[in-house]
Amino acid sequence: MARNAEDNSQNMTHIIAVLVENKFGVLAKVASLFSARGYNIDSLCVAITQDPSISRITIVTRGDAQILEQIRKQLSKLIDTIRVMELPAGEIAERELVLIKVTAPKEKRAEVLQIVEIFRARTIDISAEALTIEVTGDEGKIRAILELLRPFGIKEIVRSGKVALTRGAKTLKSVKN
Amino acid sequence: MTTKSKRPTPLKKKKISGAEIIYRALEQEGVEYIFGHPGAVLLGLLDLFLQRSKMKHILTRHEQCAAHMAEGYARASGGVGVCLVTSGPGATNLITGITDAYMDSIPIVCLTGQVGTSMIGNDAFQEADIVGMTHTVTKHNYLVKRTEDLAKTLKEAFHIARTGRPGPVLVDLPKDVMLGEASFDYSDEVDIRGYKPRTKGHTRQIQRVAEAIKESKQPVLYVGGGVIHSEAHKELLKLAETANIPVTWTLLGAGAFPSRHELSLGMLGMHGTAYANKAVDECDLLLAVGSRFDDRVTGKLSEFAQKAKIVHIDIDPTAIGKNVSVDIPVVGDARQVLLEVNKLVKKQKRSLWQKRIDRLKDDFPLSFDAPDGSPIKPQEAIVALSEEVGDKAIVTTEVGQHQMWAAQFYQVSFPRQFISSGGLGTMGFGFPAAIGAALARPDKLAIDIAGDGSFQMVLQELATAVQYQIPVKVFILNNYGLGMVRQWQDLFMDRRFSEVGMEVAPDYVKLADAYGAKGIHVSDRADLRPAIREMVETPGPVILDVVVDQDELVFPMVPAGGASKNMILQDQRKKKPLKGKLSALPDN
Ligand SMILES: Cc1ncc(C[n+]2csc(CCOP(=O)(O)OP(=O)(O)O)c2C)c(N)n1
Ligand SMILES: [Mg+2]
Repeated sequence: MARNAEDNSQNMTHIIAVLVENKFGVLAKVASLFSARGYNIDSLCVAITQDPSISRITIVTRGDAQILEQIRKQLSKLIDTIRVMELPAGEIAERELVLIKVTAPKEKRAEVLQIVEIFRARTIDISAEALTIEVTGDEGKIRAILELLRPFGIKEIVRSGKVALTRGAKTLKSVKN
Repeated sequence: MTTKSKRPTPLKKKKISGAEIIYRALEQEGVEYIFGHPGAVLLGLLDLFLQRSKMKHILTRHEQCAAHMAEGYARASGGVGVCLVTSGPGATNLITGITDAYMDSIPIVCLTGQVGTSMIGNDAFQEADIVGMTHTVTKHNYLVKRTEDLAKTLKEAFHIARTGRPGPVLVDLPKDVMLGEASFDYSDEVDIRGYKPRTKGHTRQIQRVAEAIKESKQPVLYVGGGVIHSEAHKELLKLAETANIPVTWTLLGAGAFPSRHELSLGMLGMHGTAYANKAVDECDLLLAVGSRFDDRVTGKLSEFAQKAKIVHIDIDPTAIGKNVSVDIPVVGDARQVLLEVNKLVKKQKRSLWQKRIDRLKDDFPLSFDAPDGSPIKPQEAIVALSEEVGDKAIVTTEVGQHQMWAAQFYQVSFPRQFISSGGLGTMGFGFPAAIGAALARPDKLAIDIAGDGSFQMVLQELATAVQYQIPVKVFILNNYGLGMVRQWQDLFMDRRFSEVGMEVAPDYVKLADAYGAKGIHVSDRADLRPAIREMVETPGPVILDVVVDQDELVFPMVPAGGASKNMILQDQRKKKPLKGKLSALPDN
């Protein structure tokens, strides 16, 4: 019997939703938990929920099954954490919002705008040299549009980090699990 | 609007100052002692200690020791220890103590003064972001921003510190919050939606544990501090005796099971008994209760208890599956879970296994040589102390060789009798912890089994002990240096002793005298026991300085990260030198 708790499942990406008390300092506690234990954060998104006393944090992280289990438990252990859940891939609607400032002089602008249209993105700012594009979508869509825009020259980019909800009527209840 | 102004509705309760609220909250919590060191922001609160008498403030000479005293008090009494320090340096001086309490799950509440709320963030005089600094070493921490929140926050702090897996909670108290006024209401039940520790074990899992015990031929119980925290020692004894399961413990688990019991295996791990480590190697079922598979216990994980099915009972879900994969996890309070397990476990004989254990004990006993004419051996000093004072004492230790010898040779027979810094391994813990323990248990004799190096980190607290006439005894195993580090240099660095000698040391008799305490010095075997008796009989604080053999090493020893089959059983220096290469140096 191997006693080492580590298994060899890959460095998978996981989306974890955490409901926390909407209080001063809680985000700092979550962040220091990740840094103190050496866990990765790919993205982290936090804002208030329909209940003003509760905030929802969406964390995208990587690790094998054992690390994920520890992350889940460690997050649960924080006193200000109300609920932790890994959002199961495939059963969720996930979105990320990205703003992209892309080089688009007059002669290239039409081409860029065509991409914007195909991806149902939006142009939110325009100047002689550049366009700023807003795009919302899942990881695949974001990756695809970025790839197509890259040849034009991406000057600046900002990503919101992923947010996600499970599909169907099920919700994340604000009771300790 | 009417012309006649209505009188405001009378307040239900009179308003009192924040400081008064804190004082009353501490009273309501049944606090006996507050270990602290003052500063300007605490003036209002300190003033209250002049008028009252029930709760006593102990003025420590260093804040780190205030935290360790609170720990010692908590561990000896089973209650919550409290310390109170000022902002900035007062608060930062606490951090080692807080971390120590966090690693060993000790319930303490640390109250820190803070600059006024309007000054926070301005790098004000003696401002330190103690809440930010202690996120990862407290179970929870608070910055109180309004006087109205004080009572509720303190109530939560005590509740969180003592329930579930216990631990330190810090409450940061800005000056203006203590000066402001609010009414005092301490009646509300604590209800924190994010904190509902699970104490009752899952029924099905408990059944599986009972079945595993029934099926097992060679089980071992491996118990830790959780058994002491949850006061599960009676249930543990019952389980061990009913099902005939030998018991080994961690450094923090000492006292959970009587060391003289025939089922006792002593401590396991790096400096555990050879028979405990071998029993774990050979067992087919390892029942971990309130212990956490620390690396000092397991050594090389892949070879730890390889043949065993593993049951892990712990109140902290994060402790389960963190280091080893567990076959039957049970989340719950050790006492409650064992109570349930005991209902299902039947009398079981294991004569073969018991025979095997007896054989291991005979073949690999803890031993040392103390030939006539040799210097006093540290082990024999512990044996003498244990025989002379035994169950009359609560012993604390510092960190180093003396600590391991104390764990090996002091016969501990009841919970909370042995108090040592395990997880953090903090030199300087034992003396202040003994002061806290002495206050918690005036019916016992508190003795710090000390190393000279560790004691020199905290000896200023002699003044505290003398000031309050706290009858604490310091039993120094004086090897004039940092013995444990020297031991590693001895074994792994070809005896190149670098920066471990402390030949320049105080004359402890004069030192004690200087502080108004009693000092005794011995270096001859014949004087050892009489000196111990004198130490015990002398009222008040006493230092007994025992000069011991500097070259003695702690054995058995499983080199860090090694497997227990690579255990070094005894001193092999005389036979052949150990590999003196850096490559032989363990990880940590
Ligand atoms: C605060 C702190 N600093 C350093 C260490 C590393 N360390 C572990 S044991 C030890 C030597 C302790 O010396 P002493 O108290 O005299 O005990 P001995 O080993 O000699 O019995 C040291 C320096 C530690 N554990 N704690
Ligand atoms: Mg020493």
